[in-house]
Amino acid sequence: MSGPARSGYARPVPSLDVDRILADPSVRIVVCCGSGGVGKTTTAAALALRAAEHHGRRTVVLTIDPARRLAQSLGLTELDNTPRQVKEIDAGETGGELHAMMLDMKRTFDEVVLTHTDPDRAAEIFANPFYQAMSSTFSGTQEYMAMEKLGQLHARGEWDLIVVDTPPSRSALDFLDAPARLARFLDGRMLRLLLAPARAGGRSMFTLVTASFNVFTKVVQKIIGAQLLTDLSGFVAALDSMFGGFRQRAEQTYRILQAGETAFVLVAAPEPDAVREAAFFARRLSEERMPLAGLVLNRVHHTAVELSAERSLAAAAELDELGGHEATAEALRVHAALAQQTAREQSVAAVFTEAFPGVPTVEVTAQPADIHDVDGLRTVGDALSRR
Amino acid sequence: MTSDPSAAWPARLHVVTGKGGTGKTSVAAALALGLAAGGKRTLLVEVEGRQGIAELFETEPLPYEERRIASADGGGEVRALAVDAELALLEYLDLFYKLGAAGRALRKVGAIDFATTIAPGMRDVLLTGKVKEATTRTAEGRRVYHAVVLDAPPTGRIGRFLNVTAETARLAKMGPIKTQSEGVAALLRSPITAVHVVTLLEEMPVQETVDAINELTALGIPIGKLIVNATRPPLLADARVTQAELRRGLAAVGLPTERGVVAGLHAEAKAHQTRRAMEESLRLELAELGRPMVELPLLPEGVDRASLGKLTAALLTPR
Repeated sequence: MSGPARSGYARPVPSLDVDRILADPSVRIVVCCGSGGVGKTTTAAALALRAAEHHGRRTVVLTIDPARRLAQSLGLTELDNTPRQVKEIDAGETGGELHAMMLDMKRTFDEVVLTHTDPDRAAEIFANPFYQAMSSTFSGTQEYMAMEKLGQLHARGEWDLIVVDTPPSRSALDFLDAPARLARFLDGRMLRLLLAPARAGGRSMFTLVTASFNVFTKVVQKIIGAQLLTDLSGFVAALDSMFGGFRQRAEQTYRILQAGETAFVLVAAPEPDAVREAAFFARRLSEERMPLAGLVLNRVHHTAVELSAERSLAAAAELDELGGHEATAEALRVHAALAQQTAREQSVAAVFTEAFPGVPTVEVTAQPADIHDVDGLRTVGDALSRR
Repeated sequence: MTSDPSAAWPARLHVVTGKGGTGKTSVAAALALGLAAGGKRTLLVEVEGRQGIAELFETEPLPYEERRIASADGGGEVRALAVDAELALLEYLDLFYKLGAAGRALRKVGAIDFATTIAPGMRDVLLTGKVKEATTRTAEGRRVYHAVVLDAPPTGRIGRFLNVTAETARLAKMGPIKTQSEGVAALLRSPITAVHVVTLLEEMPVQETVDAINELTALGIPIGKLIVNATRPPLLADARVTQAELRRGLAAVGLPTERGVVAGLHAEAKAHQTRRAMEESLRLELAELGRPMVELPLLPEGVDRASLGKLTAALLTPR
């Protein structure tokens, strides 16, 4: 990142008008993305609630890994992979609805298999140890399945608005990269090479790459053992009929994400890591021509008292010497810490705003406690729309 | 600084985890610096390709190579390593099968990417395997590293990451991967290892800390300390603050006493006390886990190379 990071806001940053997005009937999908621990899930849920209550939209929020108490407050007590209506909302005047669901990665994968193949084949796939491992632990499966579920919800056409929370990945970019990686893997040359011996009568590709392939099988066998290779071949053979389908669906969803009906909302906290991730993601979205609506900067601190940290600390020290003013001295130290934190956060946030001066931003003040009920989500929604 | 940090931090492999955003990378770096004090050598390892160490030390991205990244008090040094699963696999193959150029050819055709991708858990075996190798490496009869500090995956993934045998046993019933993962599993369950969990005094990180400790305990992986990061000084602990009192105090040192300032300071003091009460109850919740706890101060200037020493000092100061 270039430029002085400590200059604060050099120019006014356009502000993100969340209500305009949520009210716009042509916006059908809102994707919340950002690194872990920045309040992505809460932001997604708050936006969905607001869309239902204020804008009368039939909304579904797809959460990936919500905090237990937030999940409970949305009625997500079990992972059943279908949207459930949240009754406790107040949409009497607008007639909106809020539905919520939590992604079940394994079940979504099973559903994909079932839609692409016959029941016998599906049973064979489900029994394969490789499938079992992959459907629950493969890095990238969660992102792929989130995309898949988004595609399913979108295809059903039942919703005015789908709000998606993205998986808590190593990197925010994984949400965009992992599905392609998985599709590439399932569709890949290597897998086809492996599959070649298992295909009866098929034209073997050995002739083309004999040398490297022989080394390859030897290595793979050495590393993972012959049994695994057999399981893998079986899995690949069973999945063969689905390859095209997998890739096609991933590509379809990718195109939906590029369309004007989608709005990406970046979520970050004023911490260097989170802001850096947000910048990576913003750059990537523009490369992919995906519509970035703006940045939500969560957990920002403010002070209304115009008294610098230095002056407060000096005064506190003076009060210590005078004696008899302990409470004031400590209150001044509390203020000094807040003033320092505010200044640091602004300089951290400036790293993003200087790199992307055109990206609309909204700051959400740090809440005194975690959000775990509909009321709390409403408060966040108000803060998001500066009401 | 205390005389011998090893007394308080007896393990040789320190695995540092925590919820995203709790500052585990800076804690891991501070610990690596502390354990290197007094002329020792430590290795700081990252495995997620985030380049968090390079970012913290303001250096170029780390290669898959152990490099000196900082010197510690009393002539010690910290080296850093970013483990890359693909390169670890190539290194491993080279070691056992003398692949040489063939290995590089395999990489070219995508075979290595393929091999590290197909077997879930395989990446983790390779990553932890490299950490094990560094921890146990000797040269001329002496350990190369006094201690290894791993900036590990976050709490949500730590159980799976460290439970390497279970993941690979599902797939590899025999062969070198199985042998390798068993070796790693044994090390991770021995007193050589300690997993430290970094948390903030906030609800979700504390909840994840509790979950991770239960999970690791069930897996038989030794847990070290709870590291409470970014704690605030205990200001206004049990004082009742009134606006009248603030006004008197401000006047005594010639600060403005108009309403906005007094009411503003009063509101900030109240908010601080509310948060403190919540932090206190979270602190109790953590104490109930019965693990040794270390508290690190919130650094108002942010954590960078220059301020890291303060965390190191706090880590090494016995309570």
